[in-house]
Amino acid sequence: MAQTIHKYDAVVVGAGGAGMRCSLQLAKAGLRVAVLSKVFPTRSHTVAAQGGIGASLGNMDEDNWHYHFYDTVKGSDWLGDQDAIEFMCREAPKVVYELEHMGMPFDRNPDGTIYQRPFGGHSAKYGEKPVPRACAAADRTGHAMLHTLYQNNVRNKTQFFVEWMALDLIRDSEGDVVGVTALEMETGEVAIFHAKCVLLATGGAGRIFAASTNAFINTGDGLGMAARAGIPLEDMEFWQFHPTGVHNAGVLLTEGCRGEGAILRNKNGERFMERYAPKLKDLAPRDFVSRCMDQEIKEGRGCGPNGDYIALDLTHLGGETIMKRLPSVHEIGKNFANVDVIKEPIPVVPTIHYQMGGVPTNIHGQVVVPKNGTPNSIINGLYAIGEASCVSVHGANRLGTNSLLDLLVFGRAAGNHLIDTALASKTHKPLPQNAADYSLSRIDVLDKSSGGEYPQDVANDLRKTMQTHAGVFRTQASMDEGVSKVLAIDERAKHLSLKDKSKIFNTARIEALEVANLMEAAKATMVSAAARKESRGAHTVDDYGDTPEHPLGRNDVEWMKHTLWYSEGNRLDYKPVNLKPLTVESIPPVKRTF
Amino acid sequence: MLSDVDLSRLRWRCRRGFLENDLVLERLLSARGNQFTDDEHTQLKTLLELDDNALWDIIAGRTNEFPADTSPMVQTLRDTLTKH
Repeated sequence: MAQTIHKYDAVVVGAGGAGMRCSLQLAKAGLRVAVLSKVFPTRSHTVAAQGGIGASLGNMDEDNWHYHFYDTVKGSDWLGDQDAIEFMCREAPKVVYELEHMGMPFDRNPDGTIYQRPFGGHSAKYGEKPVPRACAAADRTGHAMLHTLYQNNVRNKTQFFVEWMALDLIRDSEGDVVGVTALEMETGEVAIFHAKCVLLATGGAGRIFAASTNAFINTGDGLGMAARAGIPLEDMEFWQFHPTGVHNAGVLLTEGCRGEGAILRNKNGERFMERYAPKLKDLAPRDFVSRCMDQEIKEGRGCGPNGDYIALDLTHLGGETIMKRLPSVHEIGKNFANVDVIKEPIPVVPTIHYQMGGVPTNIHGQVVVPKNGTPNSIINGLYAIGEASCVSVHGANRLGTNSLLDLLVFGRAAGNHLIDTALASKTHKPLPQNAADYSLSRIDVLDKSSGGEYPQDVANDLRKTMQTHAGVFRTQASMDEGVSKVLAIDERAKHLSLKDKSKIFNTARIEALEVANLMEAAKATMVSAAARKESRGAHTVDDYGDTPEHPLGRNDVEWMKHTLWYSEGNRLDYKPVNLKPLTVESIPPVKRTF
Repeated sequence: MLSDVDLSRLRWRCRRGFLENDLVLERLLSARGNQFTDDEHTQLKTLLELDDNALWDIIAGRTNEFPADTSPMVQTLRDTLTKH
């Protein structure tokens, strides 16, 4: 049967903050835009973002974009590209005010300006003191942002395809991307979306880990699509552990807790972050705080009968402040930890939270790959934005509030780049013959399968393996072992069986297709991690500790470079970090202390 | 008892934007399988139409304002949340 072909100027895959910020820019310019989403747009994972959007508005205290730039470079442990970081920090106030004008209900100061709260790793005067830089809507900033963007998209006639799962990129004989295939869940049919450009905005793959703050939908679909299309994945060894995941549940307690004054304590009640980070204390960057928590637990100062968690204390803030500024935290405590945070501390552990790596792009969101000796050669017709991408502004560790900022800045930038390059006047490149064959063959294999394992069983084994071998506690031997185990699971994943072979709303088939994407993200993570013989940011390996030659285990001479993992051949390549900002002096690498 | 297609559709729409809702709804589906009455199915579908924070506010008992006639399912979800 011939596939239905939908024709658009641009197809955005994913309806979270990045996808909808980009689609809005394109739709406002009069372009025909389709947005494909597995779930209703306002149920995308951006809704989970609580804390805020980082921007140096200076509403509460002296601040400027260069302080923000410095903090982000330092936070990235010098793996972030300084051109992209400058671009993001300079654009930040603009995208916040734009969002305000679209109707985003930011918290306000008495004088009507946007209220800003402090956040981990954000400082004034180059690390001298914490600065309030996070623009928030209570602790539901992502929710407010998604609704604002969705309403504006509807007003501007963006076409949403809800409960559609994108499957594969369509590349022509020149390697240009000319469309995407997608499965309509309601009918089980595969359709072709023929486009002048495709934008991957599918978020991260946090569900490759067993203990994760991520929603179940975060299966790295864009990463899988890119990897299968021969595009490398960049810096996938870097996964952020949020310091305050609820012990035994994974549910996230916003960093806004510590911004509002919550304190991490060990079993002796000691505010141990004062020892590790005398200036920023509990507000040091996430990787640093997670590492300190790990240290406390390993040295026998963890809390609880098993000494395996840290206590987050909000009791001194008072009930009124907690209920006004952090209402969700109170409920999470009650429902997932059986704790009233007004009266007693809540048990927390570092938990997988955010994927720093992704599909490699430049500051316009264009996907770039090494070609003919050039590290950043553009793939025509393909963009990636948000957590699915690696631009790279987060490097080895992301600062809180820079994720929502990333979505807004680069979603908008990708849209503007397409408009500036006159997408409207371009013609569609022809689709290759049998453009859907590859996707159809993948589904055909599943439909004819028998005797293999069920998708969820394989996915669960993958998650356990990743947690053990690529979690917060990494050793070289464990990572090497993890590579073999993940590759063995990959073989099992090639022989999945479906209990149900029906077409209409077959969730077993959808989950099997998600497992294929999870596998690509997991292989990229495990192989890239085992290959990086240093500690940097979130990639902390016991074997590579603090020495005079390599402070905190970081080896700039050999490893200040981006990893590129290719699915085909399971091979690695590397490219240099861009230490040259757009207009200012480079921030030279130093040992990270706080 | 739900048909296979209805159960699949319900299962998918229990995939939410944040983990708290995922966990509660997963507990419910695990406990109940396809054993939902028509009324329960209708009530759950109505609640799943809400955005994630609105749904969480109801499940967590933060608000008692929820769509008419969904009261029994709201109580089921609240019990599912607290009795774990």
